[in-house]
Amino acid sequence: MKNMEKYKMGEKVLMKGNEALAEGAVRAGCRFFAGYPITPQNEIPEYLSWRIFEVGGTFIQSESEIAAINMIFGVAACGVRGMTSSSGCGISLKQEGISYIASAELPFFYANIIRGGPGLGNIAPAQSDYFQATRGGGHGDYRVIVLAPNSVTEMGNFPKLAYDLADKYRNPCMVLADGLLGQMMEPMEFNFDWVDPDKLPPKDYIVTGCKGRPRRIINTLHMIPSILEKHNWHLYEKYQRIEENEVRFEGCNLEDAEIVIVAYGTSARISTEAVIKGRKKGIKVGLFRPITLWPFPKKAINELADRVKKLLVVEMNMGQMVEDVEIAVSGKSAIHFLGRPGGSLPTGDEVLDKVEEILSKPASPERERGK
Amino acid sequence: MGRIYKKPVSMTKIAMRYCPGCGHSIAHRLIAEVIDELDIRERAVGIAPVGCSVFLDEYMDCDMIQVPHGRGCASATGMKRVRPDLIVFSYQGDGDLAAIGTAETIHAATRSENFTVIFINNAIYGMTGGQQAPTTMPGQKTTTNPYGREVKVHGYPIKVCEMLSALDGPIYLERVAVNNVPNVLKAKRAIKKAFQIQLDGLGFTLVEILSPCPTGWGVIPKKACEYVDEKMSKYYPLGVYKDLTKKK
Repeated sequence: MKNMEKYKMGEKVLMKGNEALAEGAVRAGCRFFAGYPITPQNEIPEYLSWRIFEVGGTFIQSESEIAAINMIFGVAACGVRGMTSSSGCGISLKQEGISYIASAELPFFYANIIRGGPGLGNIAPAQSDYFQATRGGGHGDYRVIVLAPNSVTEMGNFPKLAYDLADKYRNPCMVLADGLLGQMMEPMEFNFDWVDPDKLPPKDYIVTGCKGRPRRIINTLHMIPSILEKHNWHLYEKYQRIEENEVRFEGCNLEDAEIVIVAYGTSARISTEAVIKGRKKGIKVGLFRPITLWPFPKKAINELADRVKKLLVVEMNMGQMVEDVEIAVSGKSAIHFLGRPGGSLPTGDEVLDKVEEILSKPASPERERGK
Repeated sequence: MGRIYKKPVSMTKIAMRYCPGCGHSIAHRLIAEVIDELDIRERAVGIAPVGCSVFLDEYMDCDMIQVPHGRGCASATGMKRVRPDLIVFSYQGDGDLAAIGTAETIHAATRSENFTVIFINNAIYGMTGGQQAPTTMPGQKTTTNPYGREVKVHGYPIKVCEMLSALDGPIYLERVAVNNVPNVLKAKRAIKKAFQIQLDGLGFTLVEILSPCPTGWGVIPKKACEYVDEKMSKYYPLGVYKDLTKKK
């Protein structure tokens, strides 16, 4: 088994984000991939089309995104760690299947390497699928766990976290990245040991043939409203446990901050530059980076708003996470917004200019729109 | 005297809720008999579709999964690829397999995925109340063809066995019917052969079953059985459309 491992834990390697994600998934026990080509995530299927066979897994380039997600439904039903990936419009096509898998309470991992939208949009990096990801995305009342990496190292390591969370809660778990994180190369290292899928804990809810036990049924149809309502409340209770236990975030220079930038993924990375430059100029600016977008770090942001009266939300969209920040802050601080939709990126200087502009004015309770 | 006719072990005791004269219950029973005879119940996983037979998972006493409309062949692909030791069958109606799931069906067939499809063709959407199916025949009345299917407006029906037989991937394709005793016996032989081919690891198999739908067609069960002979099997001829087991 040892020779399957391509990189040692902690070994520094230069990798592209998409390839790190793909290798990370294999390293975390993924043995089935199905997907349909779409830019900017093509390196994921291209990498897995040879790599997954080296570890005894299977790869299918499916006829559609819809077929891919339903192949994953079957794979998850058999208890195997499967994966699919796509971007923007391709993820839209998968939503029906994701809803079914969420209702059936099966674990799996998928990635959205976001491109500009709506419609065919473009192939440039964007964060326009935040609403889609954090509200479930498909039909019905459900949630998926959403992890937002901001480096190639996190792209490589989040698949393991995603599979573990998915297994723990029997729920889909996704990585929400963008074309920039997928395409860029930088040194990275894996922070977890090679996972042997045969040594994972057995699952007592999968279909394996009914030898020596009563038959199992995986079903999402509950014709009697009281039974479906009970199922919904059961899911709700699970989502509450996830919200209580799985919130992840990171803070930088928050202690003495007069203004805090709230950003995730690529926009958090760009905002880091603004924080470093701002601090050099003596500006008391900090960064709050949600790592889980659902569950969203509501409580931490609410507490932050007790002492920081100015928040700047930076996103590569027209303003999506900013709504969650508004809910979390509950009117305690002024919320400003800098957004660049359509595949455009803000620069660190642009973010810093905005920070300085906000600090030059008195705090206003109204959220300020536009760039 | 010993019992010569009893419920197959692979069927549950739950009473089926199909309309009188419906072909689904016969098809279910034939699958269960074949699973019993091949002794594969403990390795079998069945896929229930969306449509009248969505409750198949209640009737079959083996592991079952119910998947989105039209996606049976995709889910079966995933299952069989990661657990080749399982015996996987996907049970699908005409709307499921030949309308919303056409792409999944064709591509699983052309990849020659090693599972078995049982395709129920009753030329109508039963569960939703009798609308046009991709297999509704020219002139046939449905609730969305109140004057009969007009091909200039709605196009021609899809002949699934004929279409799939043009592909290199499928190993075995046969069209049967369950409207009379000789046809039921032939249908069982076809289903058994398809499962055996899967057991032998040869590849994609599909058995199309012409199945009476008295409620959807608005006729009594006896007339529905006659309609299968008089109309359906004229448009959809019974027989083997592909059998690669005979080669070599």
